[in-house]
Amino acid sequence: MTNEAPLLEVENLQVDFAIRKGLMQRTVGVVRAVSGVSFSIPRGTSFGLVGESGCGKTTVARAVLQLVEASAGTIRFDGEDIAGMDAPALQKFRSRVQAVFQDPFSSLNPRMSTGRILSEPLRVHRLKPDSEIKAEVARLLDICGLPARFADLYPHEMSGGQRQRVGIARALAMNPELIVCDEAVSALDVSIQAQIINLLEDLQKELGLTYLFIGHDLSVVRHICDQVGVMYLGRMAETAPSDPLFAKPRHPYTRALIDAVPNPDPDYEQGREIAPLEGEVPSPANPPSGCFFHPRCRLATERCRREVPVLDPVEPGHLAACWETGVTVPSG
Amino acid sequence: MTLLRVENLAIDVARDGGTCRLVHDAHFSVDRGETIAIVGESGSGKSLTALAVMDLLGEGLSVSGGRILFDDQDLTALSPRERNALRGSKVAMIFQEPMTSLNPVRSIEHQLTEGMRLKMKLSRKAARARALELLNEVGISDPVRRLKQYPHQLSGGMRQRVMIAIALSCEPDLILADEPTTALDVTIQAQILALTSRLCRDHGVGLVLITHNLGIVARYAQNVAVMYGGRVVERATARQLYRDPQHPYTRGLLASVPRLDLPRDTPLRPIPGAPPDPTVELPGCRFHPRCPKATDICARQVPEFSVTDGHEVACWNAAVDHTEGKGAVA
Repeated sequence: MTNEAPLLEVENLQVDFAIRKGLMQRTVGVVRAVSGVSFSIPRGTSFGLVGESGCGKTTVARAVLQLVEASAGTIRFDGEDIAGMDAPALQKFRSRVQAVFQDPFSSLNPRMSTGRILSEPLRVHRLKPDSEIKAEVARLLDICGLPARFADLYPHEMSGGQRQRVGIARALAMNPELIVCDEAVSALDVSIQAQIINLLEDLQKELGLTYLFIGHDLSVVRHICDQVGVMYLGRMAETAPSDPLFAKPRHPYTRALIDAVPNPDPDYEQGREIAPLEGEVPSPANPPSGCFFHPRCRLATERCRREVPVLDPVEPGHLAACWETGVTVPSG
Repeated sequence: MTLLRVENLAIDVARDGGTCRLVHDAHFSVDRGETIAIVGESGSGKSLTALAVMDLLGEGLSVSGGRILFDDQDLTALSPRERNALRGSKVAMIFQEPMTSLNPVRSIEHQLTEGMRLKMKLSRKAARARALELLNEVGISDPVRRLKQYPHQLSGGMRQRVMIAIALSCEPDLILADEPTTALDVTIQAQILALTSRLCRDHGVGLVLITHNLGIVARYAQNVAVMYGGRVVERATARQLYRDPQHPYTRGLLASVPRLDLPRDTPLRPIPGAPPDPTVELPGCRFHPRCPKATDICARQVPEFSVTDGHEVACWNAAVDHTEGKGAVA
């Protein structure tokens, strides 16, 4: 950790999607996919966003990548507000921020060889003269653990793990500072997933990369990330460094998520009684009043039904949005 | 008494005028009220094995060896008509993706009562009454309204509950669940698995749980069969398998998963390489190209099984050391 400014700062991010209806596609309402989300990622560290489907974690990632427009709030990259960037600055920004997606089969062009997939960004952004491109492609493959002959292969000729390595190599081609990993290891088999996790960690160390890591597998996110944010229905429920967050969660939702994960240990698992979280995530088009989590929460009080809890520090660096956070959250 | 015993099952696929063996040797057994897990990665043959038990293998796939004994009756010797009578009534299956395995143009009532009317010869009224009971049992509120609805009107978790209700509808003795919660969020996964496991125990149903998730195995299964490259390579009780994994592949798997119950900086030790292409012939142990312990014999000869205390392992080098490797995962 250093004292310099964080590489990415997201402040009060809000993303609304219009609900359109009828022949004229008139806007009849909005879904607030992300509401007042703030976090920052120091350079060279990893920040994880977790939560169930529809919690808005991917929308946050897309807003950072400028693939959806923020309705309110600011996103600062290296100290500069990206909303205020002009076209040349934005292009610069786009090369400094890259993404790795979940399904490397649908995010790689099936008609392009690996060599072309990797050389295209180098040409478009004029990062290397034509004479050096071949060597650069080989270097990118090498740091991602693939032999140079893979430049001639097409996506369908590779396994899932190899495709994901190409996906990572493509992101690295731009020599980025921030990589947004959206469920980047979720579709892989267990033994391959571990290879890719280790690769991401090694690359981070060698190249000083910063990761925004979106995932639903808590044990993977905990392993990779220094800091984690737990989202529920578009809001940040809790955020803290990984160790305190998993050892001593202060939001009942975080507790429930952690309890739901079965550990690979039959002695422990078959002896423990868990009460799975009941019900399902409500529709973001029609969220509950007060704390969005209150209908499923065992600690909910009258106040939780009425007032939206504020994301407040419970300890330095550990924030939770819960009115009952002083109450010990019972496990299971 | 053993409810289901699969012995030396082999499955072939027709290919380029010849055949190619996808499953070489699957074997396991399950008792009434017991849960056994089949663990493996893509291409290990775990799903094909389940489909073979159901007699649902697709075009070009066929059982080419071994036996499937259900209640001491060899299913592979039965006529298609006899297999058909068992399917859905005595043996039911829960599939991974309830959106594609439920019929989108039929109401929940139709899909839930179809089996009961066909196999149990229930009247429309009796089937409907039982359907309401089943929906209650799987925790679906407002069952009267739900019966009229269609799959797209239900959430993923609710669709999977309907699948469970359908599986239970004809009071089966055996349920095969193929990655029943892989598409679901972790909290819904916990709900669905707790429900399935409780219902199977209460009704004395044998459950075969097919999964790649080692945590799920640890929580719900009493016995485990680990499959790799179309073979069962290790078979043991869940406790034996996690405490003392014998096959280098099993050890590799356990060392590959990040765990919430270990320190965050515990390094992952992945298995190098990738699973074998099932269509490419590979002599000897199919794990040998990735195995840290491989010796000459591994590349030549398929390993034989050795059994200690009911713990079965197919590895030439398993007996060589019983200590190294487990410290890292225990």
